[in-house]
Amino acid sequence: MDQSYTNSRRLQPRPAIERNLDKAFVWAAKIFALAIAGVFVWITTQVTFQAMPAISEFGLGFLWTSSWNPVNSQFGILPAVYGTIVSSFIALLISIPIGLGVAIFLSEDYLPPKVQRIIVFLVELLAAVPSVVYGLWGIFVLIPFLSDFTPLRGPAMLPAALILSVMILPTIAAISRDAITSVPIDLRQAAVGLGATRWEAILKIIIPAASSGIIGGIMLALGRALGETMAVTMLIGNANTINPSVFAPSNTIASLLANQFAEASGLQVAALLYAALILFIITLIVNILAQLLVTRLQRI
Amino acid sequence: MASEFIQDPAKSSFNSASLRRNPTSPRTLFGLIMSGIAGLFTILAIIPLVIILAYLLGKGIAALRPEVFTELPPPPMVPGGGFGNAILGTAIMVGIGMLISVPIGIMAGIYLSEFSTGKLADWIRFLTNVLSGVPSIIIGVFAYGVIVLTTRSYSAWAGGFALAILMLPIIVRTTDEALKLVPQEVRQASIGVGANDYQTVLQIVLPAAVPAIITGVTLSVARAAGETAPLLFTALFTQYWPNWNNLLFEPTASLAVLVYNFAIVPFQNQQELAWAAAFILVVLVLLTSIISRIATARRTY
Repeated sequence: MDQSYTNSRRLQPRPAIERNLDKAFVWAAKIFALAIAGVFVWITTQVTFQAMPAISEFGLGFLWTSSWNPVNSQFGILPAVYGTIVSSFIALLISIPIGLGVAIFLSEDYLPPKVQRIIVFLVELLAAVPSVVYGLWGIFVLIPFLSDFTPLRGPAMLPAALILSVMILPTIAAISRDAITSVPIDLRQAAVGLGATRWEAILKIIIPAASSGIIGGIMLALGRALGETMAVTMLIGNANTINPSVFAPSNTIASLLANQFAEASGLQVAALLYAALILFIITLIVNILAQLLVTRLQRI
Repeated sequence: MASEFIQDPAKSSFNSASLRRNPTSPRTLFGLIMSGIAGLFTILAIIPLVIILAYLLGKGIAALRPEVFTELPPPPMVPGGGFGNAILGTAIMVGIGMLISVPIGIMAGIYLSEFSTGKLADWIRFLTNVLSGVPSIIIGVFAYGVIVLTTRSYSAWAGGFALAILMLPIIVRTTDEALKLVPQEVRQASIGVGANDYQTVLQIVLPAAVPAIITGVTLSVARAAGETAPLLFTALFTQYWPNWNNLLFEPTASLAVLVYNFAIVPFQNQQELAWAAAFILVVLVLLTSIISRIATARRTY
């Protein structure tokens, strides 16, 4: 009697309060997850609306005006756009071959696995060093070193682009390595079975198969380079001119913001907010494309 | 009988020597050269790290006196002083950032890993990744618009808010990944003995993932402590201690901004402090990276 009574009690449905608690917990988790999407939308709308006064003031001509003169309220960011694109381009030019070399070297069996893991970790550490520390090192070590044997005198495009290439190298190396190691081993075996050497297999089979991930990694690195602020601000010289020489000071959108925002007032703030919106849109497009390429890689 | 089908190796047109590796063939040489280049590039990639660490050790430790942890930044050309206020300011702002981002990040991670179905989770993961790619200076501009303009004051709150947004994607991603590593059987067993969803998550799954989640939070703290760009026009900088009477609604010093400010001035005493502060930041990053590497190396339940 007792036994069956307790058993039937145990088999009763859960009390309502417990079920509601359960539902509330799941909903709370969902709301916090939606909050991430909310933050992203919030940033987008806030940055866009902040720039509205300047957009109606300067129009699209802001993009191809090259004078930045707070005294006459003339604002244009052509030199900064030029500097942003050129510095990122030089950085990619250096770090793509080196990053791919690192990715291949660390995905083959050249080194014993333990040593390989340590080197992978060291390359990752390059990404963890704060950018202001790169800037500090660039000012006191890299620029004096470069000016010994080049026409470089003080901050300029070249040291900024060099440091930028060091900073984005780990992104390219790590994501390319992931892409290369996730290529099915059958492809390599088939290539070697047909008589390919190691490098023939790498260059003709493995790299093409991993290309979407590698390009995604390069795009992510480009996104980082375009938006990188501190190291570039400290090394590029912040001159609002377009000069084709890499030994001349230049400017980027991010360094323009870092340099002027805190002391700006009135129309200059509006112009800087407009510049921020342009940088945001550029990096957003690059990042979304990169994410699409990298996630396509993960589905294979 | 069948011998006519078996060719005499000596007579056949097939030359077995061609199976041997020919050390002077262009294909072999090409492979060797490419391997050499790849190895060289790997060494080239590590060199900057080694040089930077060597300089930080040399210049940073030389400038690291006990009073740098307790005293205020000195004026130009005056020896002595330190950056106690910047250490405290960084700690306060990273603390504010954690208070905001840890609960949101962990709950969002729980949703993604435990309760999500299909499309919505894919979208949120995608947006988390895009959010982590937004340049930190843009986050600074955002925090300036949201906090500094509405409160009409540069403050530790604005800086902490900006850092929270930078930490959020790291915490969501590490929580999501840490929870996914807990085997499905554990959840089934928990539900099998009659536990609710929240009991399963909070008492069974989450505790198993706690070490990995703590690792992710520590990594995000180290990253946030080194961030400079989002603090430049949210927290600004000050020569003085944080003021609690003002509820922190005033410019606040931080280690990262101190490195920037003192690196671009021509005064040697301040430059030395910049190296000392950079050394502290890098030690923080190195320690957390190494600890997280050790903690996540054992990826078993």
